[in-house]
Amino acid sequence: MSMTDVAARGLTKSRMMPALVVALLGLSVLFVAGHAQTQTLHTAAHDSRHANGFPCH
Amino acid sequence: MFQRLLTCALLAGAGAGLVAAILQLWFVQPVLLHAELYEQGTLTHFGPDAVSAHPELGRLDPVRDGLSVFFSMLTYTGFALLLVAAMALAEERGAAIDGRKGLVWGLAGFAVLHLAPAFSLAPEVPGAAAADVTQRQIWWFATVSAAAVAAGLIAFGKHWIAWVAAVILILAPHAIGAPEPDHFAGPTPPELSALFAARSLGVALAGWLVLGLLAGHVWSRDAADAPE
Repeated sequence: MSMTDVAARGLTKSRMMPALVVALLGLSVLFVAGHAQTQTLHTAAHDSRHANGFPCH
Repeated sequence: MFQRLLTCALLAGAGAGLVAAILQLWFVQPVLLHAELYEQGTLTHFGPDAVSAHPELGRLDPVRDGLSVFFSMLTYTGFALLLVAAMALAEERGAAIDGRKGLVWGLAGFAVLHLAPAFSLAPEVPGAAAADVTQRQIWWFATVSAAAVAAGLIAFGKHWIAWVAAVILILAPHAIGAPEPDHFAGPTPPELSALFAARSLGVALAGWLVLGLLAGHVWSRDAADAPE
Protein backbone atom coordinates (compact mmCIF):
# COMPACT_ATOMS: atom_id res chain seq x y z
CA MET A 1 0.00 0.00 0.00
CA SER A 2 1.50 3.34 -1.01
CA MET A 3 1.53 6.46 1.13
CA THR A 4 -1.13 7.99 -1.13
CA ASP A 5 -3.44 5.05 -0.41
CA VAL A 6 -2.86 5.43 3.31
CA ALA A 7 -3.59 9.16 3.10
CA ALA A 8 -6.70 8.53 1.00
CA ARG A 9 -8.02 5.99 3.51
CA GLY A 10 -7.43 8.42 6.34
CA LEU A 11 -9.29 11.09 4.41
CA THR A 12 -12.19 8.74 3.75
CA LYS A 13 -12.50 8.00 7.45
CA SER A 14 -12.28 11.66 8.32
CA ARG A 15 -14.97 12.71 5.82
CA MET A 16 -17.53 9.92 5.75
CA MET A 17 -18.94 10.45 9.25
CA PRO A 18 -19.18 14.26 9.17
CA ALA A 19 -20.78 14.09 5.70
CA LEU A 20 -23.35 11.56 6.88
CA VAL A 21 -24.16 13.59 10.00
CA VAL A 22 -24.55 16.77 7.92
CA ALA A 23 -26.76 14.96 5.37
CA LEU A 24 -28.97 13.63 8.18
CA LEU A 25 -29.18 17.14 9.60
CA GLY A 26 -30.23 18.36 6.14
CA LEU A 27 -33.01 15.76 5.94
CA SER A 28 -34.23 16.78 9.42
CA VAL A 29 -34.30 20.46 8.42
CA LEU A 30 -36.24 19.58 5.24
CA PHE A 31 -38.70 17.53 7.28
CA VAL A 32 -39.38 20.45 9.65
CA ALA A 33 -39.51 23.14 6.95
CA GLY A 34 -41.36 21.15 4.30
CA HIS A 35 -43.24 18.19 5.73
CA ALA A 36 -44.06 18.18 9.47
CA GLN A 37 -47.83 18.51 9.80
CA THR A 38 -48.26 20.15 13.22
CA GLN A 39 -50.83 22.93 12.89
CA THR A 40 -48.55 25.81 13.86
CA LEU A 41 -45.70 24.72 11.59
CA HIS A 42 -48.09 24.08 8.72
CA THR A 43 -49.67 27.51 9.01
CA ALA A 44 -46.34 29.33 9.35
CA ALA A 45 -44.67 27.47 6.49
CA HIS A 46 -47.77 27.27 4.25
CA ASP A 47 -46.84 29.68 1.45
CA SER A 48 -43.21 28.55 1.41
CA ARG A 49 -44.24 24.87 1.16
CA HIS A 50 -46.53 25.55 -1.79
CA ALA A 51 -43.94 27.70 -3.56
CA ASN A 52 -41.18 25.12 -3.02
CA GLY A 53 -43.30 22.29 -4.40
CA PHE A 54 -43.74 20.22 -1.22
CA PRO A 55 -46.98 18.28 -0.78
CA CYS A 56 -48.84 20.62 1.57
CA HIS A 57 -52.40 19.74 2.60
CA MET B 1 -14.30 18.98 8.55
CA PHE B 2 -17.64 19.09 10.34
CA GLN B 3 -17.34 22.83 10.95
CA ARG B 4 -16.30 23.46 7.34
CA LEU B 5 -19.33 21.53 6.04
CA LEU B 6 -21.70 23.43 8.33
CA THR B 7 -20.23 26.86 7.54
CA CYS B 8 -20.38 26.27 3.80
CA ALA B 9 -23.96 24.91 3.95
CA LEU B 10 -25.25 27.73 6.16
CA LEU B 11 -23.72 30.48 3.98
CA ALA B 12 -24.84 28.95 0.68
CA GLY B 13 -28.26 27.90 2.00
CA ALA B 14 -29.08 31.28 3.51
CA GLY B 15 -27.94 33.15 0.39
CA ALA B 16 -29.74 30.94 -2.12
CA GLY B 17 -32.81 30.74 0.15
CA LEU B 18 -33.01 34.52 0.29
CA VAL B 19 -32.79 34.79 -3.52
CA ALA B 20 -35.44 32.08 -3.94
CA ALA B 21 -37.69 33.72 -1.33
CA ILE B 22 -37.52 37.12 -3.05
CA LEU B 23 -38.32 35.53 -6.43
CA GLN B 24 -41.18 33.61 -4.81
CA LEU B 25 -42.65 36.75 -3.27
CA TRP B 26 -42.37 38.51 -6.61
CA PHE B 27 -43.59 35.83 -9.02
CA VAL B 28 -45.26 32.99 -7.07
CA GLN B 29 -47.03 34.67 -4.16
CA PRO B 30 -49.41 36.76 -6.36
CA VAL B 31 -50.58 33.54 -8.07
CA LEU B 32 -51.00 31.88 -4.67
CA LEU B 33 -53.03 34.79 -3.28
CA HIS B 34 -55.15 34.82 -6.44
CA ALA B 35 -55.80 31.07 -6.13
CA GLU B 36 -56.77 31.46 -2.46
CA LEU B 37 -59.65 33.74 -3.53
CA TYR B 38 -61.07 30.67 -5.33
CA GLU B 39 -60.09 28.26 -2.55
CA GLN B 40 -61.98 30.40 -0.01
CA GLY B 41 -64.96 30.97 -2.32
CA THR B 42 -64.49 34.75 -2.72
CA LEU B 43 -64.28 34.12 -6.47
CA THR B 44 -66.09 31.30 -8.27
CA HIS B 45 -64.81 29.62 -11.38
CA PHE B 46 -67.64 28.98 -13.88
CA GLY B 47 -70.09 30.92 -11.72
CA PRO B 48 -73.02 32.84 -13.27
CA ASP B 49 -70.87 35.92 -14.04
CA ALA B 50 -67.55 36.24 -15.83
CA VAL B 51 -64.74 36.72 -13.30
CA SER B 52 -61.92 39.20 -13.89
CA ALA B 53 -58.51 37.58 -14.28
CA HIS B 54 -56.99 40.61 -12.52
CA PRO B 55 -58.58 40.92 -9.07
CA GLU B 56 -57.25 43.18 -6.32
CA LEU B 57 -54.73 41.08 -4.40
CA GLY B 58 -53.34 41.65 -0.92
CA ARG B 59 -50.20 43.71 -0.56
CA LEU B 60 -47.05 42.63 1.22
CA ASP B 61 -47.88 41.22 4.65
CA PRO B 62 -44.84 41.59 6.95
CA VAL B 63 -45.64 38.65 9.26
CA ARG B 64 -46.92 36.22 6.63
CA ASP B 65 -44.25 37.05 4.05
CA GLY B 66 -41.54 37.23 6.71
CA LEU B 67 -42.40 33.67 7.75
CA SER B 68 -42.30 32.58 4.10
CA VAL B 69 -38.83 34.11 3.68
CA PHE B 70 -37.66 32.40 6.89
CA PHE B 71 -39.01 28.98 5.85
CA SER B 72 -37.65 29.21 2.31
CA MET B 73 -34.22 30.09 3.74
CA LEU B 74 -34.58 27.13 6.12
CA THR B 75 -35.60 24.87 3.22
CA TYR B 76 -32.59 25.90 1.14
CA THR B 77 -30.35 25.40 4.18
CA GLY B 78 -31.65 21.82 4.27
CA PHE B 79 -30.89 21.46 0.55
CA ALA B 80 -27.43 22.99 1.15
CA LEU B 81 -26.58 20.53 3.96
CA LEU B 82 -27.36 17.63 1.61
CA LEU B 83 -25.49 19.25 -1.31
CA VAL B 84 -22.34 20.07 0.65
CA ALA B 85 -22.21 16.58 2.18
CA ALA B 86 -22.40 15.09 -1.34
CA MET B 87 -19.75 17.53 -2.63
CA ALA B 88 -17.36 16.59 0.19
CA LEU B 89 -17.74 12.88 -0.54
CA ALA B 90 -17.32 13.43 -4.29
CA GLU B 91 -14.22 15.56 -3.79
CA GLU B 92 -12.40 12.88 -1.82
CA ARG B 93 -13.09 10.50 -4.72
CA GLY B 94 -11.33 12.87 -7.10
CA ALA B 95 -14.05 15.32 -8.24
CA ALA B 96 -12.94 18.96 -8.44
CA ILE B 97 -15.33 21.43 -6.79
CA ASP B 98 -15.53 25.15 -7.57
CA GLY B 99 -18.21 27.75 -8.26
CA ARG B 100 -18.56 26.95 -11.96
CA LYS B 101 -18.83 23.19 -11.37
CA GLY B 102 -21.21 24.04 -8.55
CA LEU B 103 -23.69 25.20 -11.22
CA VAL B 104 -23.84 21.64 -12.55
CA TRP B 105 -24.36 20.38 -8.99
CA GLY B 106 -27.17 22.93 -8.69
CA LEU B 107 -28.80 21.68 -11.90
CA ALA B 108 -28.61 18.13 -10.55
CA GLY B 109 -30.10 19.25 -7.23
CA PHE B 110 -32.98 20.94 -9.05
CA ALA B 111 -33.62 17.80 -11.11
CA VAL B 112 -33.55 15.58 -8.00
CA LEU B 113 -35.46 17.70 -5.46
CA HIS B 114 -37.91 19.50 -7.76
CA LEU B 115 -38.20 18.24 -11.33
CA ALA B 116 -38.33 14.52 -10.45
CA PRO B 117 -41.25 14.74 -7.99
CA ALA B 118 -42.98 17.50 -10.03
CA PHE B 119 -43.15 15.24 -13.10
CA SER B 120 -46.04 13.35 -11.46
CA LEU B 121 -46.88 15.58 -8.49
CA ALA B 122 -46.80 19.12 -9.88
CA PRO B 123 -46.35 22.00 -7.41
CA GLU B 124 -49.83 22.47 -6.00
CA VAL B 125 -51.68 25.73 -6.14
CA PRO B 126 -54.00 26.30 -3.15
CA GLY B 127 -57.39 24.76 -3.85
CA ALA B 128 -56.10 22.02 -6.14
CA ALA B 129 -57.64 18.60 -5.55
CA ALA B 130 -55.06 16.18 -4.13
CA ALA B 131 -54.71 12.75 -2.50
CA ASP B 132 -53.95 12.17 1.19
CA VAL B 133 -51.00 14.34 2.24
CA THR B 134 -49.10 11.57 4.07
CA GLN B 135 -49.23 9.30 1.01
CA ARG B 136 -47.97 12.15 -1.19
CA GLN B 137 -45.15 12.89 1.25
CA ILE B 138 -44.06 9.23 1.27
CA TRP B 139 -44.12 9.20 -2.56
CA TRP B 140 -42.19 12.50 -2.60
CA PHE B 141 -39.41 11.16 -0.34
CA ALA B 142 -39.21 7.88 -2.29
CA THR B 143 -39.02 9.69 -5.64
CA VAL B 144 -36.41 12.18 -4.44
CA SER B 145 -34.31 9.37 -2.92
CA ALA B 146 -34.46 7.32 -6.15
CA ALA B 147 -33.55 10.39 -8.23
CA ALA B 148 -30.64 11.22 -5.89
CA VAL B 149 -29.18 7.72 -6.25
CA ALA B 150 -29.75 7.94 -10.04
CA ALA B 151 -27.91 11.29 -10.22
CA GLY B 152 -24.98 9.76 -8.33
CA LEU B 153 -24.90 6.77 -10.69
CA ILE B 154 -24.98 9.02 -13.78
CA ALA B 155 -22.27 11.32 -12.43
CA PHE B 156 -19.90 8.75 -10.95
CA GLY B 157 -20.89 5.33 -12.35
CA LYS B 158 -18.04 3.60 -14.17
CA HIS B 159 -20.05 0.99 -16.08
CA TRP B 160 -23.00 1.20 -18.46
CA ILE B 161 -25.05 -0.87 -16.02
CA ALA B 162 -24.95 2.13 -13.66
CA TRP B 163 -26.68 4.24 -16.33
CA VAL B 164 -29.33 1.59 -16.93
CA ALA B 165 -29.97 1.41 -13.18
CA ALA B 166 -30.22 5.21 -13.10
CA VAL B 167 -32.84 5.29 -15.87
CA ILE B 168 -34.88 2.62 -14.07
CA LEU B 169 -34.66 4.55 -10.78
CA ILE B 170 -35.79 7.76 -12.48
CA LEU B 171 -38.72 6.12 -14.29
CA ALA B 172 -39.95 3.74 -11.56
CA PRO B 173 -41.81 6.23 -9.30
CA HIS B 174 -43.73 7.57 -12.32
CA ALA B 175 -44.43 4.10 -13.71
CA ILE B 176 -45.81 3.13 -10.29
CA GLY B 177 -47.66 6.44 -10.15
CA ALA B 178 -48.07 9.23 -7.61
CA PRO B 179 -51.06 9.29 -5.22
CA GLU B 180 -53.87 11.05 -7.08
CA PRO B 181 -57.25 12.34 -5.90
CA ASP B 182 -60.35 10.25 -6.61
CA HIS B 183 -62.13 13.22 -8.17
CA PHE B 184 -61.04 16.51 -9.69
CA ALA B 185 -63.00 18.99 -7.62
CA GLY B 186 -60.50 21.82 -7.13
CA PRO B 187 -62.12 25.25 -7.40
CA THR B 188 -58.99 26.96 -8.78
CA PRO B 189 -58.89 27.71 -12.54
CA PRO B 190 -56.40 25.60 -14.54
CA GLU B 191 -54.77 28.79 -15.87
CA LEU B 192 -53.65 29.64 -12.32
CA SER B 193 -52.56 26.06 -11.56
CA ALA B 194 -50.37 25.91 -14.67
CA LEU B 195 -48.82 29.31 -13.99
CA PHE B 196 -48.17 28.37 -10.37
CA ALA B 197 -46.43 25.09 -11.27
CA ALA B 198 -44.30 26.70 -13.99
CA ARG B 199 -43.23 29.61 -11.79
CA SER B 200 -42.55 27.40 -8.78
CA LEU B 201 -40.25 25.23 -10.91
CA GLY B 202 -38.59 28.24 -12.56
CA VAL B 203 -37.81 29.83 -9.20
CA ALA B 204 -36.54 26.49 -7.91
CA LEU B 205 -34.14 26.27 -10.87
CA ALA B 206 -32.84 29.78 -10.14
CA GLY B 207 -32.54 29.01 -6.42
CA TRP B 208 -30.60 25.79 -7.07
CA LEU B 209 -28.23 27.47 -9.52
CA VAL B 210 -27.41 30.12 -6.91
CA LEU B 211 -27.10 27.39 -4.27
CA GLY B 212 -24.69 25.33 -6.38
CA LEU B 213 -22.64 28.37 -7.33
CA LEU B 214 -22.35 29.61 -3.74
CA ALA B 215 -21.70 26.18 -2.23
CA GLY B 216 -19.03 25.35 -4.84
CA HIS B 217 -17.36 28.72 -4.44
CA VAL B 218 -17.35 28.76 -0.64
CA TRP B 219 -16.20 25.12 -0.51
CA SER B 220 -13.23 25.69 -2.83
CA ARG B 221 -12.28 28.94 -1.08
CA ASP B 222 -12.36 27.24 2.34
CA ALA B 223 -10.13 24.50 0.94
CA ALA B 224 -7.50 27.11 0.10
CA ASP B 225 -7.74 28.67 3.59
CA ALA B 226 -7.78 25.55 5.73
CA PRO B 227 -7.21 22.16 4.05
CA GLU B 228 -8.96 20.05 6.71
